Amino acid sequence: MKASWKKGLSVFALTSLILAGCGSNDSASKKESAATGTETKEKASGGVVRIAMATEVDNLDPYLSASTDSSSMMDNVFDGLLDTNEKGELISNLAEDYTVSEDGLTYTFKLKEGVKFHDDSDFTAEDVVYSYSKLAGLTTGEPMSSKFAGVGSVEAKGDFEVVVTLKERDSSFLARNIVAIVPSDYEEQSKTPIGAGPFKFKEYKAGQQLVLEKNEAYYLEGKTPKVDEVQFKIMPDAESSILAMQAGEIDVLPGISEQGLQQLGDSVEVVSGPQNMVQLMALNNSFEPLNDLRVRQAINYAIDKDTIIKTVAEGKATKLGSNFSPAMDYYFEDGLQDYYKTDIEKAKQLLAEAGFEKGFDLQLTVPSDYQFHVDTAQMLANQLKEININVEIEPIEFSTWLERVYTNAEYESTVISFTGKLDPYEVVGRFVSDYPKNFIKFNYTELDNVIDKALKETDEKVKANLYKEAQRILTEQAASVFIMDPDRSIAMANGLTGFKMYPVQKYNLEDLEFTE
Amino acid sequence: MRLLKRNKSIPFNIGVTLVVLLFLMMACSLFYTPYDPNAMEPQNRLAPPSIEHPFGTDNFGRDILSRVMEGSKTAFLIGTLSVTIGLFFGFLIGAVAGYFGGWIDEIFMRFIDAMMAFPGILLAIVLVSVFNTGMQNTIIALGIMTIPSFSRIVRSGFIQVKEFDFVKASKAKGAGSMRIIVKHILPNVISSITVAVTLSFSGSVLAESGLSYLGLGVQPPDPSWGRMLKEAQPFIVSSPTYVIITGGVIMLMVLGFNLLSDGIRDLRDKKA
Repeated sequence: MKASWKKGLSVFALTSLILAGCGSNDSASKKESAATGTETKEKASGGVVRIAMATEVDNLDPYLSASTDSSSMMDNVFDGLLDTNEKGELISNLAEDYTVSEDGLTYTFKLKEGVKFHDDSDFTAEDVVYSYSKLAGLTTGEPMSSKFAGVGSVEAKGDFEVVVTLKERDSSFLARNIVAIVPSDYEEQSKTPIGAGPFKFKEYKAGQQLVLEKNEAYYLEGKTPKVDEVQFKIMPDAESSILAMQAGEIDVLPGISEQGLQQLGDSVEVVSGPQNMVQLMALNNSFEPLNDLRVRQAINYAIDKDTIIKTVAEGKATKLGSNFSPAMDYYFEDGLQDYYKTDIEKAKQLLAEAGFEKGFDLQLTVPSDYQFHVDTAQMLANQLKEININVEIEPIEFSTWLERVYTNAEYESTVISFTGKLDPYEVVGRFVSDYPKNFIKFNYTELDNVIDKALKETDEKVKANLYKEAQRILTEQAASVFIMDPDRSIAMANGLTGFKMYPVQKYNLEDLEFTE
Repeated sequence: MRLLKRNKSIPFNIGVTLVVLLFLMMACSLFYTPYDPNAMEPQNRLAPPSIEHPFGTDNFGRDILSRVMEGSKTAFLIGTLSVTIGLFFGFLIGAVAGYFGGWIDEIFMRFIDAMMAFPGILLAIVLVSVFNTGMQNTIIALGIMTIPSFSRIVRSGFIQVKEFDFVKASKAKGAGSMRIIVKHILPNVISSITVAVTLSFSGSVLAESGLSYLGLGVQPPDPSWGRMLKEAQPFIVSSPTYVIITGGVIMLMVLGFNLLSDGIRDLRDKKA
C-alpha cells in the first residue's frame, strides 16, 4: 500500500496528469493519497462520476445499437481507427496513419502496435478485417450498416496494415472510420462488450445503470482515464434529474435546459456551445403554393429568427441561414444567416407577385413530444400571420410524425431538427432529389450535381468548397426556413472538469477529473 | 332564489360565489378580453403582474389574464359537454338496470364494473391515444369516463324509490313504466343526480387539465388551463406567478363546484 502511495505521489508531481499508480485501484488508497498529498495544488485522481442519461441503452453491441445516446455512452468502451476532435476534424486512434490512393478507391491504414483489447488479446489487422467485413456484410452479403455498403473488400497486409477498397469513389467514407473496432470472433458483444477504448464495461442493469471502469492499459499516451468509474444513471424525467443534481446524487447532467440551469444556479459548472444541429421549418416543396420559390422566400423574409431564438431558446442558440451549423467550421459557409433579413414589406410583395396577396392557409405539423418545436411552431404561426399566411398547428405524436412526415412526406410544413453528423454529405445530402428520405421534396439539379461532385472529390479543400456551394444553393432556393442550432449545455458538479463539446454527441470521459 | 336565501350553509354560498364569478368571467370572455389571447409580445415575456398585465405575461409574452379568460371557455365547454354525455348514457343505463332489475341489471352492472376497473384518467388516456388528441375527443373520453358513476347513482336511486308504496300503488293502478319513471321516481332521485352532476363537472375540468398537461388533451391554439400549466412548468423557478395563477384558477374552479355539490347535499339531507 505504502509503496503504491509513494509511487503515485511521485508520478503525480512529475506530470500532474495521471496518478496511474499500479494497484492503487481501490478507493481507500485513493482517499489516502488525496488526504496526504495536500502540499501541492493537486488534481486528485480517482473517484466515481455519475452521469444522468435520459434514455435506456438499446443494445450494448455497437453494431446493433441505433440510438445516439447508447452509442455515445458505449463509445468510451470502443475505439475506432479514427476519432474526431472538438472541431470535427478526424484524428488518429487505432490507426497510426492512413493514405488514400489517387483514384480515391483504396484506403490504406497503418495500425498502432502493442494495443490490447479489454480481454487482453492483441489488436491486429485481423480484428479490423473482421469488424469491417461484418459491417459491410462481405461474408453474409447483407451489410449491417448501410454506411459500409460501398466497401468492396477489406484485406490485411501483415499484422498492422489494412487495405480497404471501395466499390466507387466516396469522399464521405473517411469519416465513417470512427466506427468501433471489435475483437475478431467474439460474439458476446450484446452481453459483455469488449473493445479497446479507455473504459471497460463493468455492469449493466436495465432501467437503472450502466457502469464503466477505467482501462488501466489504455494505449493512447496521456489519455488513461483519471476517474476510476463512470456510472450512467438512467433518468428519463428531466425534472427529476435536475433535482437529483441539486441533491448531489449525480455529477454530470448532459443536455440540460436553460430553465434547469437557472434552477441549479451557481451549484454547477456549465459547458455549452452549438451542437451541430439544424432546427428548421421544413417546407414541402412539392406542395402548392410552396412549390413557388417566391412563396418560400416570402416565408423566409417574414420570419424573425432572432426573436424565436430569444423566446424559445432563451437566446442560447446560433442563428442559421442554411442546413449547416457553424459547429463544423471547416465546411461551414458563413454569411448566409442574414440572407433573408426580416422584411415584412418585401415578403408581402413577393407573395403578391406569386399571386397570393390575400395569403393562404398552411398546415404546420409538429411532433408534440418536443415542447421546443411546439413553442417554435407557435411563434412561427404568429409571425406568418403578419403576411396573411394563416397557419394551423397540427400537433402529432413523434411516431406518427416519423411515418407520415419523414417517411411518406404527407404534410405541408413541419418543425423538426436534424442532429449533427460528422460528414457534410449526411447533413446536406438529404436535399438531393433522389435521397430516399428527402421529405422536403427539394428537387434542384444544380444541387444534385454539386453534391455528386463533392462525393467524388478527394481533395479536402475542393470538397469543402463544394459543400459550401451546396449550402448557398439551399439558402438561395429557400428550400426551407433554417432557424437555429440550439446550444447544448452540460451541467457538471463543482470541481469536475474536462468535458468538451463535439460536433457530434460524444462524451470524452477519459478527460474528466475532479479538481478539489 | 328563495332557496338561496334560506340556505345558511357556508360552503354552499362560497361555492355558488366562485362558480358564478368564474361563469361571469367566461361570459365576459365571449365579448371581451384585455388582449388577443394569442398575440405575442416577445420583448415583454415572463413579465410580472403589472397594471397593463394584471396576471403578467407568459413565455411568449402573451397576456395571462386574457388566456385564463379564454381558457375558462374551454373549461366550461368541456365540463358541460362531457357531463351531458356521461349523464345521458349513465342515466339510461342506470334507469333501465335499476327499474327492471334481474338479468338486465346484471348485464349492465357487470359492464359498468368492467369500466370502473380502469382508473378513469387511464381510460381517457387510452381513448385519446387511440382516437387522436383534440377538443372533440377529449370531451368524448371524459364523457365516457363519467358514465359509470352516473349509472350507479341513478340505479341505486331507482332501486330505492321503486320499492316505495306510492310507486307500488301506481303500478297496481296500471301506470306504465314510462309514467312511473318520469312522474314518480325521477323527482325523487333528481337531487342526488344534481350532486353527482356538480361533482362530475369539477372532476371533468380537473381531468381535462390533467390530460392537457400531459399533452394529450386540448391542442394549441385552443387555450386550456392544463396546457398553460404545462407551459408554465419550466419557469416555475424563474417566474412562479405563471404557475401559481394558472394552478390557482384550476383550483378555484374545482373548489367552487365541489363546495356547491356539498352544499346541495347538505340541503337535501336537511330536507329529508
